[in-house]
Amino acid sequence: MKTSIYGLLAEFDTPDALLNAVRQARAAGYRRMDAYTPFPVEHLAEELGFHHSRLPLLVLIGGIVGCAGGYFMQYYAAVIDYPWNVGGRPLNSWPAFIPIAFECTILAAALVAVLGMLALNGLPMPHHPLFNQPRFALASRNRFFLCIEAADGHFDREATERFLSGLKATNLSEVSNE
Amino acid sequence: MSNSTLGSHEPADRLRMEDVRERLANKSGPRFWQSLDELAETPEFMKFLHGEFPDVAAAPSNLDRREFLALVAASLALTGLTACSSTVPEKIVPYVRQPEEAVPGRPLFFASAFSSAGYGAGVLVESHLGRPTKIEGNPEHPASRGSADAFTQASILTLYDPDRSQVITNGGRIATWDAFITSMSTELDGARTRRGEGVRFLTETVTSPTLGDQMRRILAQFPSAKWHRYDPLSRTSGDHAVYHFDKADVIVSLDSDFLLQHPDHLRNARDFTSRRRPATDGGMNRLYVIESTPSITGAMADQRVAARSRDVVQTARQLSVSMGGGSASGPGQDTNQQWLNAVIKDLNAHRGRSVIVPGEYQTQELHAIARDLNMSLGNVGQTVEYTSPVEEDAVDHMQSLAALVDDMRNGRVDMLFVIGGNPVYTAPSDLEFGQSLSRVRLRTHLGLYDDETSELCQWHIPETHFLESWGDIRSFDGTATIQQPLIEPLYGSKSAYEILSAVLGDSTKSPYEIVRDYWQQSNPQGDQFEAWWRKSVHDGVVAESKPRPAAAQSPSRGLPPAAQTEQMPTGLEVVIRPDPCVLDGRFANNAWLQELPKPVTKLTWDNAALISPATAQRLGLATEDVIEIRSEGRSVQAPVWIAPGQANESITLFLGYGRTRAGRIGSNRGYDANRIRTSASPWLLPNVEIRKTGSRYPLASTQHQSSMEDRATVRFATIDQFKENPRFAPEARPEPERSDSLYPEFVSSTDYAWGMAIDLSTCIGCNACTVACQAENNIPVVGKDQVANGRAMHWLRIDRYFHGDIDQPEIFFQPVLCMHCEKAPCEPVCPVGATTHSAEGLNEMTYNRCVGTRYCSNNCPYKVRRFNFLDYAYRDTSPVLSLLRNPNVTVRSRGVMEKCTYCVQRINQARITAKDEDRQIRDGEILTACQATCPADAIVFGNTADPESRVSRLKAESRNYGLLAELNTRPRTTYLAKITNPNPELKQ
Amino acid sequence: MNELPIEPRQTPIIGPGYTYASVTDKISSIVLTKKTPKGWLIGFGISFILTMMLLFAVTYLLVKGVGIWGINIPVGWGFAIINFVWWIGIGHAGTLISAILLLLRQEWRTSINRFAEAMTLFAVSCAGLYPLLHLGRPWFAYWLIPYPNTMDMWPQFRSPLVWDVFAVTTYATVSLLFWYVGLIPDLATLRDRSSTRFGRILYGILAMGWRGSAIHWHRYEVAYLLLAGLATPLVVSVHTVVSFDFAISILPGWHTTIFPPYFVAGAIYSGFAMVMVLTIPIRAAYGLQDFITMRHLQNMAKVMLATGLIVAYGYLMEIFMAWYSASSYEQFVVSNRWTGPYRVAYWALILMNVIIPQTLWFRRVRNSVLGLFLVAMSVNIGMWLERFVIVVTSLHRDFLPSSWGMYYPTVWDWATFAGTIGLFLALLFLFIRFLPMISIFEMRTLVPGTEAK
Repeated sequence: MKTSIYGLLAEFDTPDALLNAVRQARAAGYRRMDAYTPFPVEHLAEELGFHHSRLPLLVLIGGIVGCAGGYFMQYYAAVIDYPWNVGGRPLNSWPAFIPIAFECTILAAALVAVLGMLALNGLPMPHHPLFNQPRFALASRNRFFLCIEAADGHFDREATERFLSGLKATNLSEVSNE
Repeated sequence: MSNSTLGSHEPADRLRMEDVRERLANKSGPRFWQSLDELAETPEFMKFLHGEFPDVAAAPSNLDRREFLALVAASLALTGLTACSSTVPEKIVPYVRQPEEAVPGRPLFFASAFSSAGYGAGVLVESHLGRPTKIEGNPEHPASRGSADAFTQASILTLYDPDRSQVITNGGRIATWDAFITSMSTELDGARTRRGEGVRFLTETVTSPTLGDQMRRILAQFPSAKWHRYDPLSRTSGDHAVYHFDKADVIVSLDSDFLLQHPDHLRNARDFTSRRRPATDGGMNRLYVIESTPSITGAMADQRVAARSRDVVQTARQLSVSMGGGSASGPGQDTNQQWLNAVIKDLNAHRGRSVIVPGEYQTQELHAIARDLNMSLGNVGQTVEYTSPVEEDAVDHMQSLAALVDDMRNGRVDMLFVIGGNPVYTAPSDLEFGQSLSRVRLRTHLGLYDDETSELCQWHIPETHFLESWGDIRSFDGTATIQQPLIEPLYGSKSAYEILSAVLGDSTKSPYEIVRDYWQQSNPQGDQFEAWWRKSVHDGVVAESKPRPAAAQSPSRGLPPAAQTEQMPTGLEVVIRPDPCVLDGRFANNAWLQELPKPVTKLTWDNAALISPATAQRLGLATEDVIEIRSEGRSVQAPVWIAPGQANESITLFLGYGRTRAGRIGSNRGYDANRIRTSASPWLLPNVEIRKTGSRYPLASTQHQSSMEDRATVRFATIDQFKENPRFAPEARPEPERSDSLYPEFVSSTDYAWGMAIDLSTCIGCNACTVACQAENNIPVVGKDQVANGRAMHWLRIDRYFHGDIDQPEIFFQPVLCMHCEKAPCEPVCPVGATTHSAEGLNEMTYNRCVGTRYCSNNCPYKVRRFNFLDYAYRDTSPVLSLLRNPNVTVRSRGVMEKCTYCVQRINQARITAKDEDRQIRDGEILTACQATCPADAIVFGNTADPESRVSRLKAESRNYGLLAELNTRPRTTYLAKITNPNPELKQ
Repeated sequence: MNELPIEPRQTPIIGPGYTYASVTDKISSIVLTKKTPKGWLIGFGISFILTMMLLFAVTYLLVKGVGIWGINIPVGWGFAIINFVWWIGIGHAGTLISAILLLLRQEWRTSINRFAEAMTLFAVSCAGLYPLLHLGRPWFAYWLIPYPNTMDMWPQFRSPLVWDVFAVTTYATVSLLFWYVGLIPDLATLRDRSSTRFGRILYGILAMGWRGSAIHWHRYEVAYLLLAGLATPLVVSVHTVVSFDFAISILPGWHTTIFPPYFVAGAIYSGFAMVMVLTIPIRAAYGLQDFITMRHLQNMAKVMLATGLIVAYGYLMEIFMAWYSASSYEQFVVSNRWTGPYRVAYWALILMNVIIPQTLWFRRVRNSVLGLFLVAMSVNIGMWLERFVIVVTSLHRDFLPSSWGMYYPTVWDWATFAGTIGLFLALLFLFIRFLPMISIFEMRTLVPGTEAK
């Protein structure tokens, strides 16, 4: 019975209402919860207790690897594997190898940034219990949602519902796992 | 075609084919051709022919094109069979300087001689496993001295020309040699009874002792028969003057192009240029030229004057008068007069060391004047020899032809044998040769092509190419050469020897037997003969065959005094000259020569009417305007080409175009200048009107910009200026300091560093190198439209620049090929590494790696790279053409860049030989194709790493400079600045 | 460019009275509507026909070879390279608007960046065609890509053409990522609003299950910002590398250090001009005046004016350097451009690229939609002419007068050019029909009262 519930979904009209709801929920000790908005709302993630992302570091590493790899590829081809006199230039004509090294840097970093973001977000994820709740479709239009998950320690079907309705949610609905 | 023909047989037929093959195999080479019809008679063959071409069996009275082609194919199919009988019973002697035995990939060289306007130039023919691919000059031969001209180089293409006539025809229908012999023998028997009345022979210039002997024997058999001569290139007859320019300090050319349009031009060029280097012992010679149309000889002149053709004669008269004691008529103001005074002074100062050269196509009078002058100057025996003519029974060709036409017109000619040549096209129009010919009952034509003349003859017999048959020929100085065949006749062709032998009653003798018999009789050596014969054939020179010079008669002083005061007609004159590339049209179907830029105009694929800038301005004419030229009721339409250096009020027309039956390449190009020629004055029309037609005709030239734009591409100085500052050339635009480079030097340690030096002082711009390169490197021909679009493929081009006054410009030539730069700009920009540098300094093109970005060409400051924009190499799919290809050079496909390789295949050949013999490659062991053929010895290739090599010594000369060296490309090909030796008294 | 203050008296960047819902509905409806507008059908039809012509021209090219074009020796590069550079240049606006203006906090970019990015992608794909087609043996184009192979050969990395391969592919990839990442939330919107099952599935797959979770949004913004930070140097590098194709050579008129900056400026110039040329009719056709306001057009006009002046400076410097270098070759190139056989192209370029755009100094022109459209059009043509002048006039008369020649484009050159324009428009039409041409979620943030406190 309890297992079939994913969580409770409270619906708000404005980002402010949502923000304030999140604050209270955390004050009430809820942790396993998340907010859903049609556009990025500032401070929301922080209020939910999410602080800094590891993404920038990954991108930096990606960039460095790309740069080194790019240069080495050229060095290997021109100096080690196929050393040949081209226009009387030295085998390792480093100035001519800069542009490609640079492009490789950007390419690697950009790929890491996007793939990293998706990976950390656990995307793609075509199916999610929230999609079982028809009203959730409005999350990509004009409504702001707070979902307290059943997995949360403090979660109690009635108590939580009471708590949420106390937050002036315009609508309150249950999200089932099926 | 042939293969498919053979392939498409049922087993039954194929069995018969085997029989045919067998019979052929059993026949010996030369016999095979005579036995073609024997075969034809055999049931197998008839069956085969029926099965394949029903048309032939039901031989229709008039063939249409399809049938004709089908038959041509049939003959091709049969030629294909000769491949099965490779045995040559006659001994031909390989040139021993080359490996004795044929090693695949190793060419053999055979000595022979190429006939330019009837006079022989010795050649060595490169043969790859029985297939001639390239012609070089024969160093042993006095006329060629190892060099060869553009025509010799291109003649190899004529050998394989798919448009050559391939079958004997009678009234347009395929016939056989025996059929011909049968009908001829009956005819001749009849004629014999009439002592040969009405039997006529028309040949071109004949210097072949054998042919001469045969003719004489024929005339003995047929006392009333006549032998006429007409060679459109025959010079104004009279003196047979052999020049020795190497002995001349002062040379005066009166409208003579002795460096190109002279039967002895190769030797002339070699001798003349031997005195053009500033360091030369005996000092530089000085060349005065007065001429109507700019020629390469005029371009070499130290003092050139452009004058109307008839004014040249006038000048000559003044010259002769004043040399004869009478002072030149005052110091006139016009250049002409100044020039004359200078010439007179110089000649007097160099008696016995000067020479006066009359124009090949100038008047008898001029030749007489020149001869008198040479005598009075004591030049005869020194710089010029007057010998008895080398031509057999020399006659004046134009008179001889006129006489023949007259007889034909009056029905006095019953049988005419046209042995070579194409008189219907080449005869001056006033003779109306064609019409008169039709009044001859029995007409026979022997020719390489089924041309305008064969069209009007009942019998046409395909002529053998000089590489297909035995023969002999004399060079201009009389030296005889025995020509040996390099390959069996590709088609059912016959040589003049066989025709004449047949007339003499022996139709079975092979050319070999004919020629050999003649020599055996003419100089009996007893049992020594075999050795003598072997040596003569091997060397390509018959020892002591040069005739004695005739005793120089005393000057025939005295010109008609009237001549000096005779009123010259004023108004436009038209000068007619053989085209510098296709001559009188004999090379009209040779694509190499058609695409070869004319030396001075750089025109290709067409002839034009050359007009001086001033005259064009006066007449309101622009290049490509079509004008109509009228003279004595005849007219011709020609496109205008404005030519700096052309004499004012003088238009030059060129022969060789406007052909109707030349072949796929040569037909319907340009205009036919013969239409307004007259036999009375074939080379000059003193008074013509011209009319602007208003239409335009596009001309394709390979060079559009004639000025150097002050870019010092050709660096030149007078000998005095040069002595003042010997380093003027390299200093004009110095190479940047090596230390300026961001990169360190690329060091590659090897024994060889290939390089080339080109001497602009001696280069005469004769184009031989361009064609030699084309022949050596399988360079495709692209056609007029592609040339017009700037896509000509020549790896080696000759740039031509005009300098100074547009009416009297100095003309410069500069051969430009890949410079093989040490810092090649083309290499770093290639994205796939298709062009890279070899350790020995070659800029190498890897064809099968090239993807065709053309970036290398864009970045090449010399623009020497050539691109296969379309599938040029395989456009003409005639299988026979593939025989021509040099097996050591890749044929480039579409979309690939190509360029000069310094003949890397020759370098590698020499490297292999050197390795075999465990030694270094010797200096001069490698001759690039262009160097080998150069008559002026202007191109020297070699190892620059060896300070003793010839090229190193040339590069060490103070006038050595790199083209565009200021770009720091470090070219391996460098130039020696052009030094001229003008008369200080005349200001340029 | 951050000298574009948002003054209150200026028209706002979004029309009044919009809510999250209305913004969402208005933009998404363009895509989700069942009936396709007649205008769209006609426009797409025409561009599709042109695309077919491209297909034909390319087929003939592959059969016959590049000889069907006007190129020759000395002019080895013709329309192919001209159009390549032209398209790449146009392809710069998108990433620039999205990335640089994002970093510069130019909010007004929001309503045009999605469209500009799409335009970038299509322009780059048109550009990418040319280097392949202009090869003598295009079937070996892959030899420019480094991969271990049996030939044991590598690309020759000193060649700017290989740099091109890397720069252009990188640019195409990053632009695609940038564009797609920006699309994800809107795809989710379309998924949730699509009325057809097919639509739901299709957009659902593309949206990758985006839920708009606050934490996702957080990472999303970080990634987007990083991408912008990476795309900015990239966008500058791409045209720099393209300019190296010329600058690295030794040809007078090509071998110039000013090329990189002035190519980049020129690229932005033509890019904005193209955005202008495309947005003006589209905003009219779909009644988007409230989202793409005069304010946007004016700002773009100002950017054009600025970059246009940089380009003009580039022209000036070329002339100055020719004089200052005292190189007769360089000086000849200048005089040849002024008076040579291609002088018409040169002076037309000066007129359309330098003189006409100066009218943008006047507010009256900046306020007239038609005026802006015409100026932008002139700039597009002018920039094409610039590439023509650079490529052809430098090549056709280089060092040795003997090898000077002329270049005349053939019908196949023109067919290919028109064909790529058709391809470009066809892709664009498909885009505005099936994807939101304005970033919905970012527009939401512009709705008043969004700022959370």
